[in-house]
Amino acid sequence: MALLSKKDTNLITDPLADNNPITIQVLGICSALAITAELKASLVMAISVMFVLGAGNVVISLMRNIIPSKIRIIVQLIVVATLVIIVDQVLKAFAYELSKTLAVFVGLIITNCIIMGRFEAFALANGPWRSFLDGIGNSLGYGVILVIVGFFRELLGSGTLFGIPVLGDPIAKTGLYATGYENNGFMIIPPAALIVVGIIIWVQRSRNPALVEEN
Amino acid sequence: MSLKSKLHELKLKYQGKKMAPAFNAFHTFLFAPDETTHAGGTHVKAADDLKRTMNTVIMALIPVLIFSMFNAGYQHYSAINGFPTDFSLMNDFLTWDNFWIGIIKVLPLVVVSYGVGLIVEFIFAVIKGHEVEEGYLVTGMLVPLIVPIDTPLWMLAVAVIFGVVIGKEVFGGTGMNILNPALTIRAFLFFAYPTWMSGDKVWVHGARERSEEILAGANLDAISGETILGYLAQNKGAEMSYSVSDMFYGFIPGSVGETSAFLILLGGLFLIFTKIASWRIMVSAVIGSLVMGFIFNQVVDLGWVAESSKFYGLMSFEFWKHLIVGGLAFGIVYMATDPVTGSQTNKGKWYYGFFIGFISVMIRVFNPAYPEGVFLAILLMNVFAPTIDHYVVRGNIKRRMNRLKDATIYPKDSDGKAEELKAETV
Repeated sequence: MALLSKKDTNLITDPLADNNPITIQVLGICSALAITAELKASLVMAISVMFVLGAGNVVISLMRNIIPSKIRIIVQLIVVATLVIIVDQVLKAFAYELSKTLAVFVGLIITNCIIMGRFEAFALANGPWRSFLDGIGNSLGYGVILVIVGFFRELLGSGTLFGIPVLGDPIAKTGLYATGYENNGFMIIPPAALIVVGIIIWVQRSRNPALVEEN
Repeated sequence: MSLKSKLHELKLKYQGKKMAPAFNAFHTFLFAPDETTHAGGTHVKAADDLKRTMNTVIMALIPVLIFSMFNAGYQHYSAINGFPTDFSLMNDFLTWDNFWIGIIKVLPLVVVSYGVGLIVEFIFAVIKGHEVEEGYLVTGMLVPLIVPIDTPLWMLAVAVIFGVVIGKEVFGGTGMNILNPALTIRAFLFFAYPTWMSGDKVWVHGARERSEEILAGANLDAISGETILGYLAQNKGAEMSYSVSDMFYGFIPGSVGETSAFLILLGGLFLIFTKIASWRIMVSAVIGSLVMGFIFNQVVDLGWVAESSKFYGLMSFEFWKHLIVGGLAFGIVYMATDPVTGSQTNKGKWYYGFFIGFISVMIRVFNPAYPEGVFLAILLMNVFAPTIDHYVVRGNIKRRMNRLKDATIYPKDSDGKAEELKAETV
């Protein structure tokens, strides 16, 4: 017996590739540009969004029949804000340094288009279990892109992964740096994230031409 | 039978074969094609193609390249041994020693630029299944001329791949790009490897190496390779020993090919004479930079800027000298006039060029982090060029519509044609 029906599995797998929130729907770009200079920050951001979106979808889905439709946006905002404050406080308590790196962007999860988008498009019309799967699926799709971008930006920009030097020491000139290699300062600045995301979109669409928009 | 007609026969023989695009690329590089549009009709029947245009620009760049090879050695030896007291062109500048430094430092830049760039072009031609595009012919020659002489070759290769792929191929290849590929490459290098692209240790061959040896404890004199703009940005204009004729003829440190305003001027006149580059852009860019420089001079004359201000050095620099130092002249003649990324309309070219000159000088003065603002100014105006054209065309339509409104139209009942057209222009 399968744990998830085929329909439910699609809720998780679709956003990973063919309906990815960042590369196909082009949502949540702002945070993808801002915090992906380090892999660790990307990963924490992805996990935070996963928590907020998963839990938020369930809460909204449970309340979907009692929320008056005229004030639903306000209710959704309150739910997101509550969850984001929980994430923020947890980060401040257990990973203070990291919360300083992420700075305002944890708070800005509230404005992340993916979250409000999933509430509106999915949680308001589906049951809690399916909404939960949808939330996890979309935040995984978001997280995958964040981690890929973070991986390339940190590796090429700082020569480290998760803060651990993997290419040698740039000052003492060991490892790869002994051959004259240098870190690419361009990868540290936000425009580089735009270009890396662009290249991911390019690769994805040339592998699957069905995704290319008509214009 | 001449070589040209032999090649042409070969071309006909191999038409439609797999190797045809590669062969054609070289054939049309050497000779203008024989075919023109068929007689009759309203077509312009000329055999010159994009390769002829590109080759003309390269011809205009050759003197600059050769000069830069001599200058590379001249700056290197002068920095070590001191500048010659009574300078003679033949004995101090056009020497084999100087040229040898050019061969070992400048030629590899040219080879890497062309090699890497053309490989990328060939790969994309194979993937997309079209003939090899000519676009890289000029870019490949411009790139080595706008980087510092000691730029490591692998950095140049990485930047060329980035510039050609992200700056050009993603937009659809030659003729479709928004940004000038050569300047995209320059900008990438500048932001990716700033320590190799600015400061006082990169403009003269050997300066960086020497400073590392001194750090390691060697008993040597440091080589200073500061550019004129660099001196001015630090308010050290008085320490400079370069005369105006040095600046004009180009016996100064700087990016490989940007120094000689004289040869660039000749190249520019050649391009105008052959009608390859737009004189409107060149003239308006010169005017723009003079206007901005003049405003700064006036501000200084009025006494609004204290001598201790960090802007004083560059603001008090005589306005016309901006044209003969740094990369402004090179940028105006060879980069701003790029027909793909510049404005297309004649009126638009005036605005486009003017703002390039204007903003270049403004960035020079106000942003000491970017002592050379030309490449940023041109990239910025590249982005705005379509907007400028759009409004020029719109303005033109509006003017003609007004004329149409006043005109008497025969037959009187024009089926509301004027009204219909008017609605389109709103």
